Amino acid sequence: MGDPALLAVDNVSKTYLTGDVPVRALIGVSLEVRPGELLAVMGSSGSGKSTLMNLLGCLDRPSEGRYLIDGRDVSRLSRAELAVVRNRLIGFVFQSFQLLPRTSAVENVELPLLYRPLLAGERRRRALQALARVGLAERAGHHPNQLSGGQQQRVAIARALVGEPKVVLADEPTGNLDSVTSVEVMALLQQLVADGITVVLVTHEHDIAAFASRVITVKDGRVVTDVRQTPVPAVPHPTVAVAGTLHATGVP
Amino acid sequence: MSPLSVLRVALRALVRNKMRAGLTTLGVVIGVGAVVAMVAIGEGAKAQVQKAFESMGTDLIVVLPGSQNFGGMQGGFGSGQTLTWDDLHAIQTELSAVRAAAPQLRTNTPVLGDGNNWGTQVMGTTADFFVVRNWALQFGRPLQASDVDGATKVAVLGQSVAEQLWGEPARAVGDVLRIKGVPYEVIGVLTPKGQSPMGMDYDDVVLVPAKTFMTKVQGGIKQNIPGSILVAAKNGRESARTAQQVQALLRDRHKLVDGDPDDFSIRNLAEMANAQQQGTQTLTMLLMAIAAVSLLVGGIGIMNIMLVSVTERTREIGVRMAVGARPVDVLLQFLVESLTLSVIGGAIGVGVGVGGAWLLTAKFGWPTVVRPDVIAIAVGFSALIGVGFGLYPARRAAALDPIQALRYE
Repeated sequence: MGDPALLAVDNVSKTYLTGDVPVRALIGVSLEVRPGELLAVMGSSGSGKSTLMNLLGCLDRPSEGRYLIDGRDVSRLSRAELAVVRNRLIGFVFQSFQLLPRTSAVENVELPLLYRPLLAGERRRRALQALARVGLAERAGHHPNQLSGGQQQRVAIARALVGEPKVVLADEPTGNLDSVTSVEVMALLQQLVADGITVVLVTHEHDIAAFASRVITVKDGRVVTDVRQTPVPAVPHPTVAVAGTLHATGVP
Repeated sequence: MSPLSVLRVALRALVRNKMRAGLTTLGVVIGVGAVVAMVAIGEGAKAQVQKAFESMGTDLIVVLPGSQNFGGMQGGFGSGQTLTWDDLHAIQTELSAVRAAAPQLRTNTPVLGDGNNWGTQVMGTTADFFVVRNWALQFGRPLQASDVDGATKVAVLGQSVAEQLWGEPARAVGDVLRIKGVPYEVIGVLTPKGQSPMGMDYDDVVLVPAKTFMTKVQGGIKQNIPGSILVAAKNGRESARTAQQVQALLRDRHKLVDGDPDDFSIRNLAEMANAQQQGTQTLTMLLMAIAAVSLLVGGIGIMNIMLVSVTERTREIGVRMAVGARPVDVLLQFLVESLTLSVIGGAIGVGVGVGGAWLLTAKFGWPTVVRPDVIAIAVGFSALIGVGFGLYPARRAAALDPIQALRYE
């Protein structure tokens, strides 16, 4: 593991002011995530794991300490500069999918590319490609309410990877899905890692964390455990459509 | 984000809520339509007044004889006969600012011609009248000095009189017109002049030589002019100076000392025209103010709906920010949305305003003038309203924290 860290959190603290009372959500956290890792972040609610994810995703800035992505210090950037970093380097997957309603799948996937200097045709081409990678090429014109939960989350994953990010941050991506579709989604995330994208996911389910190559636990604003493991391969149920998908993307 | 993408996203957001966008736009449509129509009405009134005064001649000054005391009762201006033929001659020859001057002796009486009769105004005047009023003949010839000096029984008809009596104005020339039983030879018909600012028909007039008028209509030649004097200034813009000259001359001739009131009265038509125009100007401003209020209400409608839209789409804003929209991208998105609403409303409003003005003219005969610069200003103003009233909601959207926005229920 001699690779330089892709994400380097260096002695970071985050303090919120709720009313007059300061709440210390993170206390002196240091963490390095290397390229190709599938890191699962575990912890109960209020442990600080959401705060950690917001910092990793450049949605928030640390109160103290430094945060480097790909060697670049982003802890003191302005809101606009952080937006550019998110656009270029980070993909997001949310528990509640967060697709725009009454907007077709392909247009949802295009969204990150809208904020890049690309021609409409090129945007569409890349969005369709990303949809094909998650096995939903034939659903490009469907609106979110015409898709199942699993399909919606796959559209969201396509949106996260359409901009070819270095890292995908998934906040309880299986939280709203049944166990069969959860495995499908985890198979996709494992596939992203195989394709060279680093994935950080938050979960509170141990069987989901089992698919990761490394598991950390956050408690009271501190990282309390950090375990590397051999990930369990996520094998979707053979009758599910995603099997064909993986085949289509070149996976046996 | 490219300008085209911004516009496309804005249009899509509006199309998604057609009813709401339509109703919001309606507010601007009514506002801009009202402004355009109201200004058209105001400008129309102004143009009508202007036209009326132009047909009368803004370089004209009317000199009325002063009042006289009849046994302790003061008569109004024009009741006496303080102007003399010598006064008229002096005005014609001694004043540098005067182009021409002519007497006007008037009476209303029925006249007969071609077997018909018609009540009209008969006016005794001189050959100068045609110069003063800048009035050309359509058929025949005008009065000449020899007609006036010789007190010949000839008449020049106004367009309306010729039409009423002969039907065909050209047929009147050479025929006989009877005034109070006395036959006159019709020697000419005037070109049509239209209406006075007060709605009087200029063409409803019969002109006869002043001397003939005094002997045959009024009964006897007098030293005083039994009527008024019409004076034309050399320069249309110098009517005020001309009026001063006439006043000074008459005061001198009438031997009035300082402190004595004028025994005559001078009406400057250019000043009256200005007063009238100022009246219509005030009307235009008033109408515009009312219309501007409705445009303001339309703008508030836009702000209201944009605030609702920002609240409704908080999660969308959060998602957009998460995937890389900068605050300025979000600001522009909402600004372009409100701008689109207001400009579309403005464009339709111009159509409604122009159509409304046309309808008022066609149905009710109101004079309206649609000025292209007013249309440009109205559209520009509606765009300004879109930006002005869209800025606050757009800034609120841009200031959202993506973490909070994504969690918004």
